[in-house]
Amino acid sequence: MDLTSFLIQTMNGVQYGFLLFLVASGLTLVFGIMGIINLAHGAFYMFGAYLVFWLTNVSGNLFLGILLGLPVMLVIGFVIERFAISFLYNRDHLYQVLLTYGLILILNELQKILWGSDFYSVPIPDILKGSFPLTENQDYPVYRLFISFVCALVALGMYGLISRTKLGMMIRAGASDREMAQTLGIDIGRVFAIVFSFGAALAAFAGMIDAPVSSVYPGMGDQILIVSFVVVVIGGIGSIKGAFIGAMLIGLADTFGKVLMPDLASMAVYGTMALILMWRPQGLFGRA
Amino acid sequence: MSRVFANPTNLFLLTALAMLAAFPWFGESFYVGLVVRIMILGILAMSLDLLIGYTGLVSFGHAAFFGLAGYLLAIVTPETGPVSIWYALPVCLGGAALAALVIGWFSVRTSGIYFIMITLAFAQMLYYFFNENMELGGSDGIFIFYKPSVAIGDFQILDLGDHTTFYYFVLVSLILVYALLRVILNAPFGQVLRGIKINEARTQALGFSTFRYKLASFVIAGTIGGYAGFLEATHNGIMSPDFLGWHKSGSIMMIVILGGIGTLWGAVVGAFAMVFLQDWFQELTTHWLLLMGGFVIFVVLFLPRGIAGLVESFSAFLTRAVSRASDKDAP
Repeated sequence: MDLTSFLIQTMNGVQYGFLLFLVASGLTLVFGIMGIINLAHGAFYMFGAYLVFWLTNVSGNLFLGILLGLPVMLVIGFVIERFAISFLYNRDHLYQVLLTYGLILILNELQKILWGSDFYSVPIPDILKGSFPLTENQDYPVYRLFISFVCALVALGMYGLISRTKLGMMIRAGASDREMAQTLGIDIGRVFAIVFSFGAALAAFAGMIDAPVSSVYPGMGDQILIVSFVVVVIGGIGSIKGAFIGAMLIGLADTFGKVLMPDLASMAVYGTMALILMWRPQGLFGRA
Repeated sequence: MSRVFANPTNLFLLTALAMLAAFPWFGESFYVGLVVRIMILGILAMSLDLLIGYTGLVSFGHAAFFGLAGYLLAIVTPETGPVSIWYALPVCLGGAALAALVIGWFSVRTSGIYFIMITLAFAQMLYYFFNENMELGGSDGIFIFYKPSVAIGDFQILDLGDHTTFYYFVLVSLILVYALLRVILNAPFGQVLRGIKINEARTQALGFSTFRYKLASFVIAGTIGGYAGFLEATHNGIMSPDFLGWHKSGSIMMIVILGGIGTLWGAVVGAFAMVFLQDWFQELTTHWLLLMGGFVIFVVLFLPRGIAGLVESFSAFLTRAVSRASDKDAP
């Protein structure tokens, strides 16, 4: 592997890592703050991709599609939190797993009813078509760089929101001590609803922005869900910083795994997880 | 013995067992095959109940051992003839036990949500291994052309290809697995497992190495799960990655909850309820998964103790009613 292709693969790995981060950060926030394990998170990613496919066709523009799709996803997230998830606070993880598993069955079937089982593709917008030449015969697509760039912005924005704003303070307070936060007059139910819909929208956003690169197909949420779980476990459950490092590690391990040993690429991801857990069972930034 | 009959729950179970034993005499062959599948699911669900209901380990990757053992049977069965069960069964059970030992060694040192996610991740790792392995048929799966032979020398003891024989083979397996798990749970070992479920720190403080007990429980459950996989592969004649995917793990967990956790027999009742319910939903609509999802949510919200919970409440009600009636009779 020469330097240029190494560079290309690294950029691919980072880009995949950013996407994983968007999905995993919602998962880790929802667990860390609400104590809920949400299996339906992957379905939000899938719904994002289908929404953008549909809305891009309707509006003729990917950016408009994303802008229209995000509020829809926020509402869906809010409704699910109010009518299903909110019954699960303080209940055993077992029941959380099962209820959200039931949600997956429903969401996957709704997707089939609304859009069928075909594969779809979403066109890359004209301004982001083309690629940067690196050498005579190797180049890097502009759109992939755009994904990394936008995801980095979102990650920064999230960091700012959580560490600098009043809402962020409430979220952090809720995460470290729910009862105490309530005693101090924070409406924890409202914080939960916000965090959950926000997490759903983040996952959907990842699905939307990735749709032009990967195609849109049934069950696409299942795969990313499992990988995001690995990311969350590696990073330490509840830790955004951990989710970021974990996402980058897994993004790179998966990409280089596919290049270096194509048959065992998916094993590389889980192998990385096993190694890290041997060293730190609570994950890199997890509280024991 | 009379005390066994005095408990309405036990009466219910014995009646159900008698019905199962008599079923091949009057059931249509399609339903006999269906009941075989359900009993295999029941064995699998009981092994998961050992983890969830008695040890407090919520494993979300239990299908891995089921599927792995099935694949091992496919691998050791030659294309030209049957494999001897004396060779195939130890390979399948040993493989499942070894996998459970390795996965358990990593995962039981964690708890709660970590345990759920790690068992899930390991199961997915096996899933992708079989899904991408073209020599084993990839995502299409692999056929098992011959059922294992049960013979000593040239003398055939059982013909597993015969539907009735296989039905009773599975039924006896179901009873033996139930008895085995009961013995394990009533032994001091089982008491420690219950202790771990209720309060792990306190059990540890009493001087038990909880890690070893949890690992042992995980390996036992994995091995029994592997036995169910062996039966399923023998019954089906085909093995595909779906058998170890996480939807399978989820549905086994659903069966355990629906039947009622921590009762063992509830797992078997849950398997019956689940399969018949699925059948019914499929007749109602092509979008039956929508109904199934709704039903799963319903059970979580309104029936957390499952069918066993209902039966036991009813049985307690009967016992009370009977004792009240006999109180009145007494002067």
